[in-house]
Amino acid sequence: MCDLMMMSSSDSNSDSEEEESLSEGEMAQLLEEVEEKKKLIATIRNKPWRMKRRLVDLKEAQEFVDKFEGALGKGKGRKWFAYKVMMKKKWIKFQRDFENFRTACIPWERKIKDVESHFGSSVASYFIFLRWMYGMNLVLFGFTFGLVVIPEVLMGLPYGSIPRKTVPTPDQDTAQDYSVLMDFNGYCKYSVLFYGYYNNQRTIGLLKFRLPLSYLMVGIGTFGYSLMVVIRTMAKNADVGGGDGDEGEFTFAWKMFTSWDYLIGNSETADNKYASITTSFKESIVDEQENQKDENIHLRRFLRVMANFLITCSLGGSGYLIYFVVKRSQEFANRTDLSWYEKNELELIMSLLGLVCPPLFETIAELEDYHPRIALKWQLGRIFALFLGNLYTFLFALFDEVNTKLEQEDSIKNASIWAMKEYYANYTLMLNGTDSPIPPMDPGDVIRGPCWETAVGIEFVKLTVSDIQVSYLTILIGDFARAVIVRFLNYCWCWDLEAGFPSYGEFDISGNVLGLVFNQGMIWMGAFYAPGLVGINVLRLLSSMYYQCWAVMATNVPHERVFKASKSNNFYMGLLLLILFLSLLPVVFTIMTLPPSFDCGPFSGKVKMFDVIMETIDLDLPAFLGTLFSYAANPGLIIPAVLLMVLAIYYLNSVSEAYQHANMELKKKMQMTRDEEKNRRNNTDSTNQVMKDLEDLLPNRSLMPPAPPPQPVKKPEPEAKPTKTRPGTAGKGVNLQRDVTLASPNPNARGPVSRPPGPRGHGPPPGAGPGRGRGRGRGAPPR
Amino acid sequence: MGNKQTTFTEEQLEAFQDCTFFTRKEIQRLHGRYRELAPHLVPLDYTNNPDIRVPLTLIVTMPELKENPFRDRIVETFSEDGHGNLSFNDFVDMFSALCETSPRELKTIYAFRIYDFNRDNFICKEDLKMTLNKLTKGELTPEEVSLVCDKSMEEADLDGDSKLSFSDFENMVSKAPDFLSNFHVRI
Repeated sequence: MCDLMMMSSSDSNSDSEEEESLSEGEMAQLLEEVEEKKKLIATIRNKPWRMKRRLVDLKEAQEFVDKFEGALGKGKGRKWFAYKVMMKKKWIKFQRDFENFRTACIPWERKIKDVESHFGSSVASYFIFLRWMYGMNLVLFGFTFGLVVIPEVLMGLPYGSIPRKTVPTPDQDTAQDYSVLMDFNGYCKYSVLFYGYYNNQRTIGLLKFRLPLSYLMVGIGTFGYSLMVVIRTMAKNADVGGGDGDEGEFTFAWKMFTSWDYLIGNSETADNKYASITTSFKESIVDEQENQKDENIHLRRFLRVMANFLITCSLGGSGYLIYFVVKRSQEFANRTDLSWYEKNELELIMSLLGLVCPPLFETIAELEDYHPRIALKWQLGRIFALFLGNLYTFLFALFDEVNTKLEQEDSIKNASIWAMKEYYANYTLMLNGTDSPIPPMDPGDVIRGPCWETAVGIEFVKLTVSDIQVSYLTILIGDFARAVIVRFLNYCWCWDLEAGFPSYGEFDISGNVLGLVFNQGMIWMGAFYAPGLVGINVLRLLSSMYYQCWAVMATNVPHERVFKASKSNNFYMGLLLLILFLSLLPVVFTIMTLPPSFDCGPFSGKVKMFDVIMETIDLDLPAFLGTLFSYAANPGLIIPAVLLMVLAIYYLNSVSEAYQHANMELKKKMQMTRDEEKNRRNNTDSTNQVMKDLEDLLPNRSLMPPAPPPQPVKKPEPEAKPTKTRPGTAGKGVNLQRDVTLASPNPNARGPVSRPPGPRGHGPPPGAGPGRGRGRGRGAPPR
Repeated sequence: MGNKQTTFTEEQLEAFQDCTFFTRKEIQRLHGRYRELAPHLVPLDYTNNPDIRVPLTLIVTMPELKENPFRDRIVETFSEDGHGNLSFNDFVDMFSALCETSPRELKTIYAFRIYDFNRDNFICKEDLKMTLNKLTKGELTPEEVSLVCDKSMEEADLDGDSKLSFSDFENMVSKAPDFLSNFHVRI
């Protein structure tokens, strides 16, 4: 770096005499050139050159920039300019080192590469998605752990000191039982895992850490961060999408050039791929030759309507089942003699529905007889509706429970306040006016409110845990046991198990991705009430990665036919975004409307949870900020802001529609010109009626003898081809190039060399000359 | 990190990082992979840019390439002499162009060059036939082959000269949903 400073200063010393000679214009030009070289350096890796050339050009460009950049800064600003340049270089180097470090930190590259080479890119895309989710959850875990859990553990009161942190006395002897812990009661319930443990002290510890405020901010920040990350990834994936080609526009060409998966490195998979490509070609050929069978359209429509009806019925049925089970679990809550099944009934039913319904939908969908890609879309939509319906039914039922708890709480609150008043009254009576201390009661004995937030948190944690268990068991039984049976029973079975009925399973990409997306939705919903849930999820994703990688390599076979659900990864990202919004709603609703429990959690004692923010603004921030916020919250300001945003959306929408329209028009124009070119080359007739009429008006061509002139015009064309495409090597074609440019302004004008001009009728007659010229003239504008 | 590696000088590593989509560690790892193809041929010390080329027959034994029907064409495209003998520069260039972060335009250009078997800067009928035969391992009948080639040509050829120029190819491939995810080699 000091070399650079020395060089620039020595240069500028020697240049100082020349400085006056460098005029403004030259400076500007020099600046432009330096900018160009810099741009070249930044984009050199995108150029399709040989590496040697790139290295040479890079060196040249760097030397040029180094030499002249110093000379650009002159006068008083020179030192500052050189300093700026040096800082920029340091910054670029730092960025590069950081990128290097980040790439080195990415886990599981080897594993994913193995999966890719065995199964191709589509299966591996699930694992890449899983890894991305793991990263996002790790960050969320960091926030929650660092800003909420650790402060409470280090600086808050320990277990057992206040009622909310202690297991009630009647439950204490069973608090350590395994079955109680598995239900997340006992010691689990009164731990940092759940909302109820946190104290509502405004500031804790030496650092005056504001825990309630931090709790609320972390809750909101979780959603904010997730939103930002999802949208950023969507934006990155958007340009990969590949534009809007029609379904059938390039069927054969795409199959030819984009069907082979370059990631495949395993010979068995490669064989499979060859077979599937061949089958796909044969199918397309048959489709092409057959031209849609004229089927009974009424029957097909009827079947489709019936299938949709059946599926709607099953969706409704599953929703009702969940509601019924939740109601039953509320009754169970009052009993104590519950079997394992009855305790976990709700979670089991929900997970089983998620397991049983998708295959059911698939079988019903056989009635519909759609193209596989469309059928996949319908299937995904239905699974989505199923999960969504189940989740929201569950939420509504939960909400009922919360309301009952709130009523309970009211009565307990009144009772405990009454008891306190009585105690104080008695105390003052007995001891004649001395200050009464806090009643000396063991924290375990204090009457507790029902603490609905912890109850909700427990429900979500139980749901997540049972989801994990069901999915792991499914893999174990559905894939592993199946593979073991097929492999070993094959020796003594009548038909070939491997090729025939059960055979080995294929990895269900869409099912797994949807499962992941919905799991994340549940985490988002439950994280506010159970801060430990994010940690559980991180562990789950970590173990899932290893477990599923092993399972896929050991028990699955590559797909026979792969249909992607959409053109880009954005389909699943879009689903994730939707789920994010849908999970945001219940949490925001509860923060805004429901009163927090009076004796548990960081917001206890407040009327509404967001009162913490008001309190902070009043007490901690300077006064003018308080008035500022109160102005900002004024409806008179908010309503115009909302209106402005609505107008902006409307405007942007209409602008984008106009662009789309212009795009369509241009496309049509291009298509028309190309069609004209094709027709002009292949037939004598133009398909454009106007041109046809004009040509008919020309004198009769068959009466004219074919004349040589067109020959020299035509011959240069094929030879000019190589020179046209390699402008740098215009060796032989130099003379011809001019003729060619005069004769055929259309760069793609290469006539088929094999066909003589005569029979094509294009040629010789002077009458055709103007026609040709017209054709050429027509050819010119598209350039 | 402080580990003394003597394969490349700092300037070389910086230059490689500017010219490819790889990080330092990946470049060093690539050198390791290149060397293990022909340990007696490839020196450990690259600081003075030795002019060593590894022949085609050894390169296509790499696990990333050995199952690819177009492996010969890929290696030939990136070799300077056109016969598939790759120097280390070409080797790095190849994997950089095919990696995940490589942009669509670059991949399209190289895809065009790979599928152009006779190297005349056009994909003609013969090139299509060869591509198809490599893809299906000769399982299709000759009539089917010529039908598919005709249909592909018809779909993609915009100017009607019965061969695909780069702009035809680019127009067709840019709309393909699978191109970027399939045309990708991870090293």
